[in-house]
Amino acid sequence: MWTYTEKVWDRIRNPRNAGDIEDPTVVAEVGNLACGDALKLYLKLDDAERIVDARYQTFGCGSAIASGSALTELIIGKNIHDAAKLTNDDIVEYLGGLPEEKMHCSVMGMEAMQAAYAKYRGEEVSETPAGTIVCKCFGITEEKIREAIRHNNLSTVDQVTHYTKAGGGCGKCAPRIEEILNDEFAARKQAPAPAERPRRLSNIQKMRMVEEVLEKQIAPLLRADGGDVELVDIDGDTVSVALRGACAMCVASGATITQVVQAKLRELVDENLVVEEAEA
Amino acid sequence: MKTVYLDNNATTRVAPEVLEEMLPYFSELYGNPSSMHFFGGQVGAKLEQARARVAALLGADPTEIVFTGCGSESDNAAIRSAVECLSGRNRIVTTRVEHPAVLGPCKYLEERGYDIVYLGVDSEGRLDLAEAAYVINDDTAIVSVMWANNETGVIFPIEEIGRLAKEHGAVFHCDAVQAVGKVPIDLSQSTIDYLSMSGHKLHVPKGVGVLCIRRGTPFAPFLVGGHQERNRRAGTENVASIIGMGKGAELAQGFVEQEQTRVRTLRDRLEQGLLEGCPDAHRNGAAEPRLPNTSSVSFDYVEGEAILLSLSDLGICGSSGSACTSGSLEPSHVLRAMGVPFTRVHGSLRLSLSVYTTNEEIDYVLEHLPVTIQRLRALSPFGH
Repeated sequence: MWTYTEKVWDRIRNPRNAGDIEDPTVVAEVGNLACGDALKLYLKLDDAERIVDARYQTFGCGSAIASGSALTELIIGKNIHDAAKLTNDDIVEYLGGLPEEKMHCSVMGMEAMQAAYAKYRGEEVSETPAGTIVCKCFGITEEKIREAIRHNNLSTVDQVTHYTKAGGGCGKCAPRIEEILNDEFAARKQAPAPAERPRRLSNIQKMRMVEEVLEKQIAPLLRADGGDVELVDIDGDTVSVALRGACAMCVASGATITQVVQAKLRELVDENLVVEEAEA
Repeated sequence: MKTVYLDNNATTRVAPEVLEEMLPYFSELYGNPSSMHFFGGQVGAKLEQARARVAALLGADPTEIVFTGCGSESDNAAIRSAVECLSGRNRIVTTRVEHPAVLGPCKYLEERGYDIVYLGVDSEGRLDLAEAAYVINDDTAIVSVMWANNETGVIFPIEEIGRLAKEHGAVFHCDAVQAVGKVPIDLSQSTIDYLSMSGHKLHVPKGVGVLCIRRGTPFAPFLVGGHQERNRRAGTENVASIIGMGKGAELAQGFVEQEQTRVRTLRDRLEQGLLEGCPDAHRNGAAEPRLPNTSSVSFDYVEGEAILLSLSDLGICGSSGSACTSGSLEPSHVLRAMGVPFTRVHGSLRLSLSVYTTNEEIDYVLEHLPVTIQRLRALSPFGH
């Protein structure tokens, strides 16, 4: 059985804002029956473009019901231009987390909001997605896969499936997804670290970034001197690491931790991070 | 909250009589049945009693019974053995609706050059004998067809298929995991060469299975490195569970009768009640011939996981062919093979009863399930 948070369970039992709006300003629908989930979003705006009411209907599992509820709860009261910036992380964070296999439900929430916004602005929303279809079972394009990889820092085919559903049907496109992943990985290595960090990181994002910075930026520095570093735990803003190899014996290990590991993590992930050496 | 357990095709409760018989073999009677002393010898004798009881249930000879670790191991052992023993033959014939424990080894062999033919089913989940007759040929090493399907309960024409296998000298394997204890089985009158069964579907604990190998059928062991089970399955025996399996087999002889009468009546009342109590509900699979304990029903416009979670809140345990419940995104291969429309696959619910299911439990489900479906449909963008 899936491990759902209390908040997800609560939304499954008592979804907020379920149903439709009689005279909506805009209605958007994403997903479809064949894919096993669909979400229909109704928005009512006032003259100042503020979302005064939002309702949803879903054909979907527990996480789809909870994601729809979270989406409407998050956007009611917001200006539609601000609401359109909402991401799937916001939905996941609001729900206190979702199983990784269910991430596509939160992505569906984000896409419903984006589709509603595009419709509101009078943009053409084509029924068939633009671009090359990679996953024929679910109609997922290469562009959508690349976006999901970049935005969520995905590194395996399974993760791509969990976030986009691509590869989750017959599985024949898995080799192509692997190629796209390799391609994105190579592009990421060449690109300089992004100068501007997201203003607020979810815990999951934070953990991923810490892991990545440790592996790609810090460990190579230490390995050059015959040492290494291993991530032991992340608890809030506290990161516990263990120094290995030459570093473990080094009298200056304390300085390595603060001056190298902590400094880099603060620079690239979050300035509030505190790094400590894990007890042996 | 009371538990209404209607997921007996997934696993069953251990019968109190089974547990009682097993308990001494965890504590005081811990000898190794292979040992040359009285202490191990008494355990060995009890194992042989279990073997005889399982043989009696199946209409087999005790020497034909091999205890394994689970039904999946029995299926793997059967298929791998057949292709090894009939090494000149390159074809395996099975069905699209087999359990993954059969489809997995077939896929494995397919990747290594074997020609696997998957028999299709019609919209009621029934096999086409003409198709089977067409594809089973002299190049066929093994024909592997389940006795009854785990999702729909539909029973296959095993003997007709077995005869086709015999005509071409192929080994006939039958995965009878869901059938044993629910329908009468008599291997002495059967064409089955290898039969798989599992303890935990039969009110015995998880971790023990049986492969019944008809005398005279060639067999190459899957697990080697020990003389146990007459060199057919190496490894010190799971003594307590095998003894439990013996007791479970003895009880099952009586359970078959109950399943065919009382359980069938309960299942029919449940299914009728759901089909009448919920608009746009459909039974999946033929009504007959079918296991007496299984009912698969699809509800349009709602998704299976949402049904299961809502039922779980009421203490009711069932299962679904919906993709969302499996961790993969692929919905039930059985319902897909039947051509059930996607939306109905996603909205499918399987309820499977046992001899422990009561009238009151069926009343409780019939009282709450239609309300649950109604509530979920109110959330759905379809079907208004």
